[in-house]
Amino acid sequence: MSDIILETRDLTKYYGGVHALEGADFTLRKGEHVAIMGDNGAGKSTFVRQITGVEPRTRGEIIFDGKPVHFDGPLDARQAGIEAVFQTLALADDLDVSDNLFLGREKTWANWLGPFRFLDYKAMRADTIAALEKTAVKIPNIRNTIQYMSGGQRQCVAIARTATFHSKLTIMDEPTAALGVQETAQVENIIRTLKEQGEPLILISHNMRQVMDLVDRIIVFRRGRIVANLNKDDTDGQDVVAYITGAKTQPEYAGAA
Amino acid sequence: MAETTHGTGGLKYDSSRRSWPNEFNIFIALVIIVAIFEVLGQLLPYMNGQSFLFDTNDRFDSIFNEARLRIIILQVAIIGIISLGVTQVIISGGIDLSSGPLVAATAMIVMSFAQTELVNGNPNPKAVFGDWAFDLPVIVPIIVGLIFGAFIGAINGILIAFTRIPPFIATLGMFLICRGIAQWWTRGQPVSFPTESYAALGAGMMPVVWFIMLAVVCHVLLRYTVYGKHTYAIGSNEDAARMSGINVRRHKVLIYMIASMLAAFAAIILSSKNLTAQSGMGLFYELYAIAMAVIGGVSLTGGRGSIIGTVLGAMVFGVIQSGFTYIKLDAYFQIMAMGAIIISAVVLDKWRQQRAATRI
Ligand SMILES: Nc1ncnc2c1ncn2[C@@H]1O[C@H](COP(=O)(O)OP(=O)(O)O)[C@@H](O)[C@H]1O
Ligand SMILES: [Mg+2]
Repeated sequence: MSDIILETRDLTKYYGGVHALEGADFTLRKGEHVAIMGDNGAGKSTFVRQITGVEPRTRGEIIFDGKPVHFDGPLDARQAGIEAVFQTLALADDLDVSDNLFLGREKTWANWLGPFRFLDYKAMRADTIAALEKTAVKIPNIRNTIQYMSGGQRQCVAIARTATFHSKLTIMDEPTAALGVQETAQVENIIRTLKEQGEPLILISHNMRQVMDLVDRIIVFRRGRIVANLNKDDTDGQDVVAYITGAKTQPEYAGAA
Repeated sequence: MAETTHGTGGLKYDSSRRSWPNEFNIFIALVIIVAIFEVLGQLLPYMNGQSFLFDTNDRFDSIFNEARLRIIILQVAIIGIISLGVTQVIISGGIDLSSGPLVAATAMIVMSFAQTELVNGNPNPKAVFGDWAFDLPVIVPIIVGLIFGAFIGAINGILIAFTRIPPFIATLGMFLICRGIAQWWTRGQPVSFPTESYAALGAGMMPVVWFIMLAVVCHVLLRYTVYGKHTYAIGSNEDAARMSGINVRRHKVLIYMIASMLAAFAAIILSSKNLTAQSGMGLFYELYAIAMAVIGGVSLTGGRGSIIGTVLGAMVFGVIQSGFTYIKLDAYFQIMAMGAIIISAVVLDKWRQQRAATRI
C-alpha cells in the first residue's frame, strides 16, 4: 500500500469556452494537510468540485485510496470517504442543527419501513451536542432552525458535520472567509483536531497566517493551472504571494502560465 | 430571567424567548373568526339574534349548535384529505393543481367497479361494464382508485423531477388530462348505484373519521420519519438536500404519488358519500386544498408548515364558508371572498417571514 490518499492526473474542466481548470497533477499523502491558494477565479473551487463529483470533469484521472474513481455526485464521494464543506453552504435553513448535521444519514429505527423508517431524534441530538462540545462550537439551542444563525455558527455546523463523521479526506473551501476572529479560531481548532487524528485535509484559504499556521504544504493555482507546490518550511508569505500574482512560477510548471 | 446554559459550548440560552409555534397563531385566528361571525349574527338586523356557535333552540341538552359544527367538519373533511397531500407537496417546494380533476376522474373510474347489479329489483340503469363488474368486493374499487392515483402522481412526479418542468405547468397539464379522462370515461354520463359496502365508506360522519385518521398518519410521516425530514430539506434547500446525498428525484416522485393517492382516496369517499360520480366533480378542490394548507401556515416557498397547521387551516376554511352561509352572503360573493382570504394568507406568510428575520 502506498501512503498516497489522493492523486489527480491531468484533471481538467471547461465550462464551454472557459478553461476553469487545466491539467492539474496533484498528490496528497495520508495525514497531510495541504492548502490551495490563488486569486479569485483561479479554479480552486472548480478543482474541489471535480474531486467530489459535483459535476462531470472534462478529462483527467482521479485516484482515491489507490483506486481510480468516477463519483456521480457528492454523495458518492462521501460514501467513499470524502467529506467536503463547500463554499456555498449545503445547509437547510428550515431544519435545526442536529437535523442538518445528520441530513442524508439519519439515525433511524424500524428500518424495514424503507423511506418511512423512523428518526431516532434522541440519539441524533445527543451526538450533536457531543460533537459541538468537542469542537467548542457555540450554538444557543440545537433545536432552533439554523435560519437566523450567524454566518460563523452556520459555518461551524457545516464543519462539525464533516468532523463528526470520520472520513478518509476532508476538503474545506474557504471555511473562514465570512467569519469573525473568534469563529475563525474555532474553525482552526477543528482543523488542528483533524491533524492530531491523522485525517488528511485540503484547505482552500486566502488567509496567509492561517495557512502558515495550519498546513504542511501549499499549492498555488493561477488561471486554472497549478503554478507552485511549496513545502511550508521552505517558503514564506511574500514568496507565496509572488506565485499567486504571477511574479514567479516554479520551473517544473513553467509551461503552465 | 429564564437564562440557562442549555446551549452548547457554554452559550447562554434563554428558553423564554423560544419561538412561538405558528399553529397557535392559526388557532387564535380560528377563535377570532368564530367570534366575528358570532358578533355579526348579533349585529346584523336580519339575523334576529341567531347564534353562530351556540344552540339557540332552547334545547337543554346542548350548549353548541352541533348541527352546524357537524356540517362544518363534514364539509372540510374530503377536501381536507386532499389538502394533507398538497401540504407535503408544498413543503417540498412544489405545487399540485391536478387534484380537483383527479378526484373527478378517479370517482368515475372507481364507481364503475363499485356498481350493484340490481337497483330496487331492476337492472342497474347506469351500468358501465358488463356483468362481471357487478357487486365486486369493496376492496376492488379501493385498490383500483389508489393505483390510478399512484399512477397519475408518478407521472406528475417524474415530469417534475426528471424533465425539470415547473410543478405549476406539469400539474396544470395533468389538470386538463384528468378532467378529460373524467368526461371521456362514460361520455359525460354519471355513474351511480354503488354496492352497499361501497356506500358505507363515506356514509354519515365517515369522511371525518377518514380525515382524522389520515391526518394522524401524515403527521407522523412528516414529523417522525426520514421521508418527512427529507421533504422539508428539499423544500428548504434543494441543493443542500442533493449535496447531503438525498435522492431528490426519487423523493419528489414519492411525494407526488402520495399526494395523488390521497386525492384518489378523497374521490372514493366523496363518490361513496354522494352515491354517484360525475365528470364535473371536484370543481375548485385543488385550489381549496391549497388554500387550506396556506391558511394553515404552509409556506408556498417550501420548507415550512405542518399537518397540524393544515388541519387548523381546514377548520378556518370550513368556519368561514359556513359563516358566510350563516350571515346569508350570496354564493357568488362567497367565492370572491374565498379568493381574498387566500391572498391575505399568502401576504400574511410573507409578512411573518420578514418580521421573523428582523427580530433576531
Ligand atoms: N458553473 C460555471 N459555469 C461557467 N463558468 C464557471 C462555472 N463555475 C466557475 N466558472 C468559472 O471558472 C473559473 C474558476 O472559478 P472557481 O473555481 O470558482 O475559482 P476560485 O474558487 O479559485 O475563486 C472562473 O472564471 C469562473 O467564472
Ligand atoms: Mg472559490
